[in-house]
Amino acid sequence: MADGMIRVPVTEQDAQLRAKNFDEVCLGYTEDEAVDEAKRCLNCKNPMCVSGCPVRINIPEFIHAVSERDFDKAYEIISRSSSLPAVCGRVCPQETQCESKCIRGIKGDAIAIGKLERFVADWARTNGIKPHTDNAPNGHKIAVIGSGPSGLTCAGDLARMGYDVTIFEALHEAGGVLVYGIPEFRLPKDSVVKAEIDNVRSLGVKIETNVVIGKSVTIDELMDEEGFEAVFIGSGAGLPMFMKIPGENAKGVFSANEYLTRTNLMKAYREDSATPVFRAKKVAVVGGGNVAMDAARMALRLGAEVTIVYRRSEEEFPARAEEVHHAKEEGVKFELLTNPVEILENEDHFVRALRCVRMELGQPDESGRRRPVAIEGSEFEMEMDAVIMALGTSPNPMIASTTEGLDITKRKCIAADENGKTSREGVFAGGDAVTGAATVILAMGAGKTAAKAIDEYIRNKG
Amino acid sequence: MYLIRKKTVLNPTIFMMDIVAPRVARYCQPGQFVIVRVDADGERIPLTICDYDRDEGTVTIAVQTMGASTYKLMDLNEGDHVHDFAGPLGRPSDLVTDDIGEVRKKKILFVAGGLGTAPVYPQVKWLHEHGIEADVIVGAKTKDLVILEDEMRAVCGNLYITTDDGSYGRKGLVTEVISDLVEKEGKHYDLCVSIGPTIMMKFCVLTTKKYNIPTIVSMNPIMVGGTGMCGACRLTVGDEVKFACIDGPEFDGFLVNFDEAIERMKLYRTEEGRALLEYREGTTHHGGCGNCGGDR
Repeated sequence: MADGMIRVPVTEQDAQLRAKNFDEVCLGYTEDEAVDEAKRCLNCKNPMCVSGCPVRINIPEFIHAVSERDFDKAYEIISRSSSLPAVCGRVCPQETQCESKCIRGIKGDAIAIGKLERFVADWARTNGIKPHTDNAPNGHKIAVIGSGPSGLTCAGDLARMGYDVTIFEALHEAGGVLVYGIPEFRLPKDSVVKAEIDNVRSLGVKIETNVVIGKSVTIDELMDEEGFEAVFIGSGAGLPMFMKIPGENAKGVFSANEYLTRTNLMKAYREDSATPVFRAKKVAVVGGGNVAMDAARMALRLGAEVTIVYRRSEEEFPARAEEVHHAKEEGVKFELLTNPVEILENEDHFVRALRCVRMELGQPDESGRRRPVAIEGSEFEMEMDAVIMALGTSPNPMIASTTEGLDITKRKCIAADENGKTSREGVFAGGDAVTGAATVILAMGAGKTAAKAIDEYIRNKG
Repeated sequence: MYLIRKKTVLNPTIFMMDIVAPRVARYCQPGQFVIVRVDADGERIPLTICDYDRDEGTVTIAVQTMGASTYKLMDLNEGDHVHDFAGPLGRPSDLVTDDIGEVRKKKILFVAGGLGTAPVYPQVKWLHEHGIEADVIVGAKTKDLVILEDEMRAVCGNLYITTDDGSYGRKGLVTEVISDLVEKEGKHYDLCVSIGPTIMMKFCVLTTKKYNIPTIVSMNPIMVGGTGMCGACRLTVGDEVKFACIDGPEFDGFLVNFDEAIERMKLYRTEEGRALLEYREGTTHHGGCGNCGGDR
């Protein structure tokens, strides 16, 4: 790029083609493309991009290494700060974080930091390069609850400092939302997620699956009987919300969590999967977040005609612009300013139609977005045979209710300060369990901060 | 991986397994369930806990072959492993957590249908260990499907067995036994616990309602996560939607919407049937399922 204003474009699978397969949409940069893009970086003395990164990757330094084709060094720089670069390079909302601060972005395109991060991580994986740790074991045992983004990050950072870390996971597979929520076509499970979790294991982190904290064992018992000196709770926000409208228990109504868990974790999209998924012809996905886009694009790939139903307008979409763009390209339809009021069943109690009402935007509400108000007499029906509710999730109360002295907030989240400290000594928390449903990278940032706080706590304990 | 220490075949369709799972065995209580995955690609099967040995670290499950996954499980033997065994899940039975003094004052009737005898057993046994003798009705289609008779007799008060075809015990449905006990024998019960096929629990509740006997039922809807994460197992109880996996599996039978629950269980019926035929008949399956099109 001669003038350096325009970003090196990244190759994507053709929209028509990819709408019918489960392979990754974005194909990533080649070596030459990555080097060209890296050369656009101005290597700012006071890099604003780093301040936009929740895990504070030294962005200019790794991009500089890429521009010199020293990919090994670039990976070493990234892996100092992030345990999951191949994941983040794919699912972080870079456009509102690091890339939004990029000086290049003022007059032209911001540097494609996310795509470069992904390139480096993929390059390292293909070339068999692992993150290395030189810290000697310090003998202190730390328990991490949940193997999602915050737990993996916290565990990885603590292991690098020499701690003896065990992650407890309720499901049969590690990864949390990375394996049950985000679909294969956005985040490949075997090649990317498993590989990065193996990297965390290679730092010495142990992962025990099928352990439901609060049921199989409590936090108090982990600390009193199993010798863990501190605990990090990164249990996420797992409880799906429903609309509480008539017909919601009809056959063919699913939470996005169920639909995505069946297809991602249980691989129901594959012919040989033991877990079934409901094959619908016309699917409505209710909601406007990233999870709604994921569910819609998954349903599309399973052969359905898909409509996103959202009560506000496109401007208020909580989903990343790229996800909305991809969904549109693939043929997902949008019914905006529309809110479901009832799900209608046929005589066999399967979904027949979705009755909706049109909305208009009124005064801004507490979230700062204009509040949607129903237009009287605007009710109409859309024929559907499945409805997927992607309305958000709230934290599972199981851990808080079984841990003595662990305070929760009004929103049922675990109460923690900015360092992840909870009301219980030695117990830290972060990610969606504290904030309510948010992003992978914010959870990772919280895991990182908590790892530091746990280290300080153990040192001060003497 | 979790070792199968013991396997007992009770009849051609029902078997029991003791699985080595110390974390589950240490805390599980009557009324709770586990999730089992047979192999690396298996589905998550929810199974009610039938017994446990805290010292040995084993949990006993009873399984009836229904779909491909349960047939796969039946094909495993002592010394083999199941891939995953998570739990204990759900809430323990109220009988176990309520004030024992209050429980002692109650005359309790259990109504078990078929495989439901297995999850009834640990509750009756728990009561027996706490000095309470409960009456138990066991219903089954036919003699061969009556399970755990000796074990149950050893821990319960009166045991009444009934079969649909009259091949063992008396002939008829469990609801007829309830009516006879109350109306003909003048028995009084303060609480009924009914576990079995959903349709049986529905009619059991219709009967006990008539006699004003509060009734607890154990629901077994379709599940995926088993930890509150997906809502697949939701059901209507009174005017609220509950998740069987974390709010149950036991609920006030007078409040459960059984018709909705029965409908929701039918969601994947054809898919499950197809998977079963494929597993059992393999390449010899020539489209007999009527769904796959192989016969056309």
